[in-house]
Amino acid sequence: MSKKISILIVDDEESVRSSLYNWFIEDDYRVDCAEDAKKALSILESDSFDIVLADIKMPGMDGLEMLKRIKSFRKDAIVIVMTAFATVDTAVQALKDGAFDYITKPFDPDDLSHLIRNASKQITLIEENEVLKEKVISLENVENLIGNSEAIRKVLKEIESVAQSNASVIITGESGTGKELVARAIHANSPRRFFPLVSVHCGALTESLLESELFGHEKGAFTGAVYNRKGRFEMADSGTIFLDEIATISSKMQVELLRVLESKSFVRVGGNKEITSDFRVICATNRDLKGMVEKGIFREDLFYRLNVVNINVPPLRERIEDIPLLVDYFIKKYCTTMNRSLITIDSGALKRLEEFTFPGNIRELENMIERAIVVGNGKKITLKDLPLGKEIVNTTAESLDDLEKNHIFQILTKYNWNITVAAKALKIDRVTLYNKIKKYGLTEPK
Amino acid sequence: MNLEYINLISFGYFEKGLLELVANDVKKEFLLPVIYREGHLDLSEFYDPGRRQYDGNKLLKTIDSKFAFDNDKTLGLFNVDLYIPILTYIFGQAYLNGRAGIVSISRLSNERYGIKADDKQLVDRFRKEVIHELGHTFGLIHCKNSTCVMRSSTYVEDIDQKNHQLCEKCRGQLG
Repeated sequence: MSKKISILIVDDEESVRSSLYNWFIEDDYRVDCAEDAKKALSILESDSFDIVLADIKMPGMDGLEMLKRIKSFRKDAIVIVMTAFATVDTAVQALKDGAFDYITKPFDPDDLSHLIRNASKQITLIEENEVLKEKVISLENVENLIGNSEAIRKVLKEIESVAQSNASVIITGESGTGKELVARAIHANSPRRFFPLVSVHCGALTESLLESELFGHEKGAFTGAVYNRKGRFEMADSGTIFLDEIATISSKMQVELLRVLESKSFVRVGGNKEITSDFRVICATNRDLKGMVEKGIFREDLFYRLNVVNINVPPLRERIEDIPLLVDYFIKKYCTTMNRSLITIDSGALKRLEEFTFPGNIRELENMIERAIVVGNGKKITLKDLPLGKEIVNTTAESLDDLEKNHIFQILTKYNWNITVAAKALKIDRVTLYNKIKKYGLTEPK
Repeated sequence: MNLEYINLISFGYFEKGLLELVANDVKKEFLLPVIYREGHLDLSEFYDPGRRQYDGNKLLKTIDSKFAFDNDKTLGLFNVDLYIPILTYIFGQAYLNGRAGIVSISRLSNERYGIKADDKQLVDRFRKEVIHELGHTFGLIHCKNSTCVMRSSTYVEDIDQKNHQLCEKCRGQLG
């Protein structure tokens, strides 16, 4: 980690500020000073510091109150309080309020060095933890691209070939096919993998919110903009930005986005300082962007800038052979998450899943398996654990008898083979239902 | 700016041999002529009776304003215990990339810590601190190299661990 640790010194005594300033400067820290809590809070609004070293006893707002205020907008801030008037009570209060440590003036040079070194280690650990978490998520998500079908192997090959470049990518595919996973896989295999992957779900935000989300805002830019805030483009510096549901952005945002993509620079909402950021763009949509361009709804120049590479993620119905692998993966995933012993799926239930059209694609399959584990008997997923509605089941039945047989079986499954309830749902009496079960040779799955 | 001299000005009693040796090492490290001489200050003005120590910040300011020149680097050498308001003691301090610094021999002797006196070790510690503070006046910050004289030292044991010379990286930064 080569980043310089920054320290803000807050003390009303000039001699203390200058002494600490000189001490830390010689240790190559970035240092700034404030003579009171108000000034410190104002500095912290526009600049972030890794460590705040604050006196407790100051005129106006004291160090403890300042500590509370800092913690209210930056929970992970490392604040070390110092005072010449040490009492156990103030020390305990400071630590309760979230201070990293407490030190009594004057202190040994070695104590000060140790304290700052410990705080720096803590900062480094937090940052490393964040990077590792991101990395684990990325790795998990690459692993999550499950399947051995021709269609998914084609996608994996495309990911591999595009990952190393800096080219913009548009990922297309129906909802629930795993477009975000593909974006994560590209990022995780790219040279930018040690930097953030920042996702923005454009469809979930209004135009003004999206603008502030992407470009950030300055304090006071609009009602509620209490502090300066970095935008997603800024956060994605050296990494990748993933813009999901790109087709939903307004024409004004299309112009703004095009400008940013061309210059890699932008201005925060309400600000005037040009900010540059080095990011790669990956977009996703379930709509026909080309068609939208032809209709004049989506800017052609933006489309061509984004669509350097197109990866189409196939719907689940076109990769049926991957269903057993996916089912197995989700069973392991949810049994582990729910702390249950591993279960299996019976062949009948798996066969029915392979016949299902899955309009919601993998997301729908995942939800189904999760539900089946929750409601099932804890040993095996059977057909009755799966919410397969008749209206969306692929049926090969041609005769009326076949249709009747399938329908009765579904109703029986739905009501756990409770003959009375099933007969009531079918609007026939119990004897008729028994006769139909006998006629069609229906049996309750074990 | 072309530097002309390094001035070592002693306040209080120092053995001539000690100053000669230190001046010689300083000359070798910074490749500039070194002048050493005695200076006179009423140290009572810098004394804090509450702490029974001398104010390092005030002394540094005074050395800078009364004894230093723009084309020189000037170091005040003291034999009294120095402090700054925030710290219990200091071995010395200097203006980073400035023209003045101060060093005290007071806390460098073994006797201070109840250990048998060792003159050779005292001289060694003193020259290291002198070169260290002068290094700051040349713009050098603390060095991570464990043997470099610019390594930060908060205890005398730390001073003993390092050499009295600059590492290659720090020497390179001297220009």
